[in-house]
Amino acid sequence: MDFSQLIPNLALGFATAVTPINMWYCFLGVLVGTLIGVLPGIGPVAAIAMLLPLTFNLDAVGAIIMLAGIYYGTQYGGSTTAILVNLPGESASVVTCMDGHAMAKIGRAGPALAIAAIGSFFAGTVGTILVALLGPPLAEIALKFGAPEYFSLMVMALIAAAVLAHGGLLKTMAMIVQGLLVGIVGTDVNSGMSRFTFGASGLADGLSFAMVAMGLFGFAEILSNLGDKADTANRDVLNKKISGLMPTWQDLKDSTGAILRGTAIGAFFGTLPGGGPTISAFSAYAVEKKLAKDPSRFGKGAIEGVAAPESANNAAVQCAFITTLTLGIPHGATMALLLGALTIQGIAPGPQVMTQRPDLFWGLIASMWIGNAMLVILNLPLVGLWVKLLKVPYRFLFPAIMAFMAIGVYSVNNLDLDVYMAILFGVLGYVFMKLKCEPAPLILAFVLGPLMEENLRRALLISRGDPTVFITRPISAAFLIATALLLIFMIVPSIRKKREEAVAESAVL
Amino acid sequence: MQMKIRNPEDFWAGVMFVAFGALAVYISQDYPMGTAMRMGPGYFPTYLGVLMIVLGAIVSVISLKTEGPPIKPFAWKPMIMLSLSFVLFAWGIDHIGFIPALLGLIVLSAAAGQVFRWKEVVVLSVVLVAGAVGIFIYGIELPYPLFWWR
Repeated sequence: MDFSQLIPNLALGFATAVTPINMWYCFLGVLVGTLIGVLPGIGPVAAIAMLLPLTFNLDAVGAIIMLAGIYYGTQYGGSTTAILVNLPGESASVVTCMDGHAMAKIGRAGPALAIAAIGSFFAGTVGTILVALLGPPLAEIALKFGAPEYFSLMVMALIAAAVLAHGGLLKTMAMIVQGLLVGIVGTDVNSGMSRFTFGASGLADGLSFAMVAMGLFGFAEILSNLGDKADTANRDVLNKKISGLMPTWQDLKDSTGAILRGTAIGAFFGTLPGGGPTISAFSAYAVEKKLAKDPSRFGKGAIEGVAAPESANNAAVQCAFITTLTLGIPHGATMALLLGALTIQGIAPGPQVMTQRPDLFWGLIASMWIGNAMLVILNLPLVGLWVKLLKVPYRFLFPAIMAFMAIGVYSVNNLDLDVYMAILFGVLGYVFMKLKCEPAPLILAFVLGPLMEENLRRALLISRGDPTVFITRPISAAFLIATALLLIFMIVPSIRKKREEAVAESAVL
Repeated sequence: MQMKIRNPEDFWAGVMFVAFGALAVYISQDYPMGTAMRMGPGYFPTYLGVLMIVLGAIVSVISLKTEGPPIKPFAWKPMIMLSLSFVLFAWGIDHIGFIPALLGLIVLSAAAGQVFRWKEVVVLSVVLVAGAVGIFIYGIELPYPLFWWR
């Protein structure tokens, strides 16, 4: 590894990130992100898709800094509501509820919030350093990738997404194939032929990410909330005054190990294609429970049960940028959106970004660290405000979300057809929910679909139709072997049982 | 003898996948297949469709041997109201202008909820429309007419 470039690179990054305008975008991003994390019923994917049009007029650096801020901001916001209201703002905070809210009930909401913030900040810092360290060498390797390597890498990413997702493996794999098929809609670049457009000229450019994401994640989510739950007035908001934010020395001592382990677990799952904050948080919590001398404390306000998952989900969010930025392969729905935003800005994602736009790459890294610091400063004093926001009834929120989504979808191409397609995907997403089919892998596959077909075609063209090209090239073969191992692990009964237990456990939560 | 579906969620999910896969294969018949070396536009979607049919069929068959919870009932009213609200907006923005279209969307979607109070909806509409016009029309300058008379 070449460390000599690290300091000048980081210096460039900070010089880019601390300009007033970029600081402002970063601040805006983390603020909006926290807000979205606090509000239940809208996750980061729908939120970023919704706010995408707001970034059209920004420059590329500002846009990506803001969108990234929204992403990691949601993790902070989600934990705040998990602790105070026992209501996870988004899925990665689900585990935090158990011990976080238990702590709040015994009057220790302050230390719980503080530890969550400290753990997140530590994990965010480590994550930022890892991106800076691992990014350049990975990009160098990635530059040598040809079509077969890219194809195999995408196969691995998709299978990993299937393995790590909630729900049955077969159903998730079918959802992935479904996503690949949805990605095909539009004009075939090689032949110029319109595929799956049903004669609609508005679909010639393919489906926009915004409409699919907002349909599957926004529209469907609102439908499900309206249909299945009573008006969410019965939120058990903590009315006690939160006193004593500062954790005691004993708290810090108890959580140090948990924060370190959580960070490591999060970094691992974050870097792994298909992994993400949710699985990281669950794994970190499980590890802490296993390691604890007295596991019965968990669920009753054990501070490790807050520290570990909160560190893990934030580390995962940061590390997700490693593969996304260096390989140009998003490894989750949110990352796919960020890459989509880059493409709108005229930047082709991939390993060349680092050399062609170093200001963008390093500026983003520096801004993530600054953003994490802002979140710590911002979040603790604003807790009162967030709690007040939670008292806003859902019947005021969802029409607002609907309005933002409609404007967001329409403004991408100024086409009414896009909005009608969003309805279609919304209803489809609702059916998926009813049938317990996880939509996140679908959207990842949707983004990777065209890339995958293109690389498959190229690979087989170069090899004159010989499919062994995928196993005779070493890097490609390594990806496929890793994929096969993942699948074998899944099929081996004992491990499969464990996974099902873990999934069942998370479903109960 | 009527067969009882013991795991309806998985069974219908499988049926859905088979249906989508079959549709993909059927439509792809119109596109040239080509060969593995020179793939036509039909090659990739056809094989994906076949894969989907296989996966869906396995899911359905397995579902016959497992137990699962019933499918929860669909929320038809919100589904129709929310869809209508989007349709009204998409059609309206070009025909009656941004503000009336947005108003229609807000009122229709609010009507999809369980509690609907006119006073609240009026206040909400005013706040949201003012905010949206401020952010989208004056803030980031989206080029939409405010009313039907421009």
